[in-house]
Formats: sequence, structure tokens, C-alpha cells
Amino acid sequence: MSTQETTTGGPSRLQQWRDRWNGMSRFQQWAFLVPLVLLIYALPVLNPPILSTEPGYTFSIAMFEVARYALVAIGLNVVVGQAGLLDLGYIGFFAIGAYVAALFTSPDSELAKLPYLVVLPLAVLVTMVFGVLLGSPTLRLRGDYLAIVTLGFGEIVRLLADLSPLRGNAGFQGVGQPPGTRADGQDVFNTSDGTPWYWLTVTLIIVVLMLVGNLERSRVGRAWVAIREDEDAAEIMGVPTFRFKLWAFAIGAAIGGLSGALYAGQIGFVNNQRFDVVTSVLFLAAVVLGGSGNKVGVLLGATVIAYVPLRFQSLYEYRYLIFGLALIILMIFRPQGLLGARQRLLAYGREAYRRLIGRPEQVSSDSALAAEPVKGAGS
Amino acid sequence: MNHQVVTYLAEGVDWIRFDVDALLGQFWNNTIEGLSQGSIYALVALGYTLVYGVLRLINFAHSEVFVFGVFAAYFTFYGLGFRPGPTVTLGIGELILFLLLALIAAMAVSGATAVVLERVAYRPLRRRNAPSLVFLITAIGASFVMQQVLFIWRGGNAEQAIRLLRPEPVFTVFNTAVTNIQIITVLAALVLLVVADTFINRTRLGRGIRAVAQDPDTATLMGVNKERVIMITFLVGGLLAGAAALFYLMKIPQGASYQGGFLLGIKAFTAAVLGGIGNLRGALLGGLLLGVVENYGQSLFGGDWRDIVAFVLLIVILMFRPTGILGESLGKARV
Repeated sequence: MSTQETTTGGPSRLQQWRDRWNGMSRFQQWAFLVPLVLLIYALPVLNPPILSTEPGYTFSIAMFEVARYALVAIGLNVVVGQAGLLDLGYIGFFAIGAYVAALFTSPDSELAKLPYLVVLPLAVLVTMVFGVLLGSPTLRLRGDYLAIVTLGFGEIVRLLADLSPLRGNAGFQGVGQPPGTRADGQDVFNTSDGTPWYWLTVTLIIVVLMLVGNLERSRVGRAWVAIREDEDAAEIMGVPTFRFKLWAFAIGAAIGGLSGALYAGQIGFVNNQRFDVVTSVLFLAAVVLGGSGNKVGVLLGATVIAYVPLRFQSLYEYRYLIFGLALIILMIFRPQGLLGARQRLLAYGREAYRRLIGRPEQVSSDSALAAEPVKGAGS
Repeated sequence: MNHQVVTYLAEGVDWIRFDVDALLGQFWNNTIEGLSQGSIYALVALGYTLVYGVLRLINFAHSEVFVFGVFAAYFTFYGLGFRPGPTVTLGIGELILFLLLALIAAMAVSGATAVVLERVAYRPLRRRNAPSLVFLITAIGASFVMQQVLFIWRGGNAEQAIRLLRPEPVFTVFNTAVTNIQIITVLAALVLLVVADTFINRTRLGRGIRAVAQDPDTATLMGVNKERVIMITFLVGGLLAGAAALFYLMKIPQGASYQGGFLLGIKAFTAAVLGGIGNLRGALLGGLLLGVVENYGQSLFGGDWRDIVAFVLLIVILMFRPTGILGESLGKARV
């Protein structure tokens, strides 16, 4: 998905906004961001009338669902958007995270009980290991084969949950929660109120966004973009593609596991019915819809995918149909998603070219026909 | 037969077994059942292989093309006046006529679905020269939409089975009964596969398909109508999937279900990769092999492991021989 959005008819409005944002000082950016983040935190308490869900569905839980999808989308974006690896079995990592949380906290499991806040990083670690385990044999494959293998992996995880050690349909009841009781003696984190879970998840999202953002701006992130744009070229230029793909896979898996563990905690119950591959495609739709490779975009995509069916309950049954159609239409008319990927590398390259040559690059270099008039103008 | 019986891996572990006794005891039964299951895989796998050979695209929505055929066959039975319930007794002439009608209906619906899919979803992308990831995501979206259309139309539960033919043993080999349905499935699948193979390798249109698979641009320069070839490729794949749909419907205990295609689709794709994707005879070999192996796996490890065996096989093959047993590529087939 390397379509360039800036080539036709000057910079789009999106691009203008992006430039304006990048042109601001750090302080100005914070002045916008801090109130926005505070507003996001306050949403479940404010319960704004238009945004609020219809009776019968708690708004705070809907908000937690949105946050959970957002976290998943950020993780999947590392794999699909940054490194360009199509992962259709992401639900498998999500499921592993949920099952790790259940196995170590639920009274139905025979394993040692651990506090939930210890299990959370443990779930991240275990899913990361699974990411490496799945990635190391399969990441040498072509892109489309990888999609099928990951699909198979997601299905294997779901089928393994049928086996008796993982209790199949009976599942695990009473998955643990973070500690703390309110003044009225009730647990702060319980299954009927989504607000504390929402706050916890949003906090984790911010932390993960910072970590992933730093990675993207590092050597790792540049390697990912290089692999996404052209894997062979990256390999020839000396990027150890396999190692960086494995990194992307493991980090993506870890974030998926984190989200799964949070989900298990909030629902309080894990069984084999919640991890079908269809949901995996919904995750993918969130990333692709918003604009894979763009963190703001995938947050937007996740919000749409999670929030719209919950807000309009009459649409809930049709959500797979609607988002499936959205995928087809989007791929035909706007394959880069609602907000396209920032092509920092290309932008940086053009800037360097302009400084060196003294005039902007006219066309992309791979079009031999279009190079003609530039030469004419130069002589 | 002299063999060691290892039933349990460890004391108190009952969710996985290593039951060599069951494997050997039911060996021929598993083999015959696996071959008939495998011929269905092979028919569907051909659709994946053909499209992959020509477009280098994993046509994710092919499983839904197949399911549309299953529904077409089911409702042909329904339209002919059959209702869910005990199997009716039919004369041999009537039976053949009705099955042929259902076969034609299923093939027509699946073929048409495949062609429409290509027109609506993939052709606009080809015009835009979209990267392969975009094709793949579109295919997933299309698969999703088709599945959901069936879901919204017929609901989540499988239809009740309509039976025209009761499985009856016809003859026995190695003390194992072979049923009429198994014979029909394997024979019909073999005939269709031979026809498809002849079509690709012996006819003018088939030569066009091989030419486009080998090098689309050169083929176009040589006067091959690429768009028409692509349409025919989807049509052939769809027709074969439709035939598979009827045999599948005769075999499964329940009637048509909107979810039926997903698992079968992945397995058929596994079969295609197993034999070497883009290779027609490879698809046949892969299908039969997969059908047999997953039955052995079921006997050996227990019923829950059947599908897991198939997926693990896929991963193992891709790791050690991603080009499959007979090697890839439709284009490299004999000229």
C-alpha cells in the first residue's frame, strides 16, 4: 500500500493539516494534546448525550471496547502498517493473552494464582514468545503465504482451546482484576463498570504509543518502512530483513496479548467462543480502514469499527457485512485508507534532493517517460 | 500385524493420545474415506491453483464461491420437491437425473459467482495496477461480504439435510466397506479433473491460460486476450467448485451452512500448496494426500486434532518445501 497521495493536484487538505501540525512548536502541540487526552479520559464520566449508547448497553463498557480495539489496532499496525506483513491470525495472539490471564488468575485453573497486575506483563511476554515461535519459521515466506499461515495459526489457537486443559466451551470463570475497593466496598475494577478498565487501557495505549513511536523513529522503524516499500531492495541495501520482520511480529504479538489480557479481565470469563478468525478480519479492517502505517489513522479506524456497531445497535448484526463492503470499496478507491501512511522516508528523500539540486524532484524516478521534460527544462 | 500399542503419552492425560492401534486398525477405512474427502479438496483446490497461476492471487473468496454452490444444490433438491427428513427411495434413472440437475445448478451458480466476483472486486484493481496486498485485502473483504449475505438470508444455523442417496456399502476391500457415495465422489472428481487437465493442456483456450500464467505481457503481445483468459480461469475454477459443492452436500451430515466454506477453503488451499500451487496435477495429489493424512491424524491423536493436523501440515510444508511436492507454476507445464 504505497500509493502516494501527494502526487495528484497539489497537497490535499489532510496534508495541509499535517504540515501545519508538524510546523508547530512542541509546546503548541502539547497545548492541543493535553486537553484532548483529558477529554478522552473524561468521556465515560461525561457520557455525552449524542455519543452515549442506547439503553441496554453500558456506555463505559462500549468505551472500553473502543479502547481495546484501539490497542489491538496499534499492535496490528506495527505488523501490517509498518512492516507490511499481512497477519490474519492476530486474534491468535489476542487469545493467547486472554488465556494466559485466565490460566493464572481464574479459580477454574489448576495453575498457581498470581496477582492480575503480575499476569499482565506475563501475558505480554508469553505472547511475544509465541510471536517469535510463529514468526521464525514463517517470516521467510512470501507475503501472501504468510497471510495463509497466520490464518492457520489463528485457527489452531482457537481449536486448541477446545481441548480439555483449556476447558473448551466451559471456559474459565472469575478471571482476576487489579486490586482496590471503593468506599462502598465494591471492587474498583469489576465486570459491570467499564470506566476503570477504560482508564487503564487508555493509559496503556498512551504508553504503547510512545514506545512504538520511538521505535518508528529509530533504526528499527526505518528498516520496517524499507521492508514494507521493497523487501528485496532493503535486503540488498544491507537491512537484515528477517530480523526486523521478526521484531515487528513479536512486538505486534505482545501488544495483541496485552489487549487480550485486558479483555479477559474486564469480561471476567474466557472460553473458546470469542476468538474466531472473523474477528481477526475485523481487526485488519480497523487498521486498513483508518490508514495502515498511520497511528492516528488506525486509532480512528478502530474507533469506527468498535464504536459504530455498539452505538447503533440495529447495525450490530450487519457489522461484518458493512465492514467487508467497506474493505472492498476502500481498496478500489482509496487503498491507503482514510488517513494514508506518512511516508517520512520518501518525504525526507525529496527534501534532501531539493537541497542538493536546488529544485524539487519532478516525478517519481521509476517513470522513464515522465523524465523527459525535466531534462528539456534543464538544458 | 505385530505392533506396539501406545495409547497414552502420560498418566492422566486424556486430551491427546498416541493411539497407533486405532491408526492401524482403521487404516483402510481411513484411507478410503480420506480419498473421497480428498477428491472434494482437490476439486476446490483447482480453483485456487488456477487463479493463483494466472493472477498470483490467493483468491480468498473462492471458499464462498464453493458455498454458493452448496446452497444452489440444496435448493435444487428443495425445488424438486424434496424435504428434510428420511431418505426417499428413488429409481436409479430418477436419481441420476436429479443429481445431474443439482450438479448443473451448483456448477452454474458457482461459475457465475466466480465470474461476477472477478468483475466486481478484482478487475477495478487490475486497472489501477494495485499492489498484491491490496488484492488480498479485497479478496478477504469479498469473502466476508458473501458469507454475511448468506448469513443474513438464511441465519446462523445449518439447513436440515435433504438426502437423496443413503450411504450403502457396495463392495468391500481389505475388510472395509466402500459406500456408493464414496465411489460416486471419487469417480466424478477424477473425471472432472481429467477434463480440466485436458482443457488446460490440450485446447486453444487452455493454451491461452498457460501463456498468461507464464508471462501476461508477452501473452498479450502475442494476441492473447488477457481479460478473457482471466474470466475463463475464474469460470473454470467456479465450475469445479460447484461440482465439489454437490458431493460435499451429499457427504456432510447436515445441510448447507453459511460457514461451511471457511474451513474447507483453507484446507483446499493447503492441498493446492501441498501439491505445488499453480500445478493442476499437484492439486489432485495434494487434495488426496491431505484428505488421507487428516483422517490418519484423527485416529492417531483423537477427534479434536483433525483440523489441527491439517493446519500444522500446511505450516510444515511451507517451511520445508514451499514449492510443494510436484513444484509450482501453471506456466511451466508442458507446452
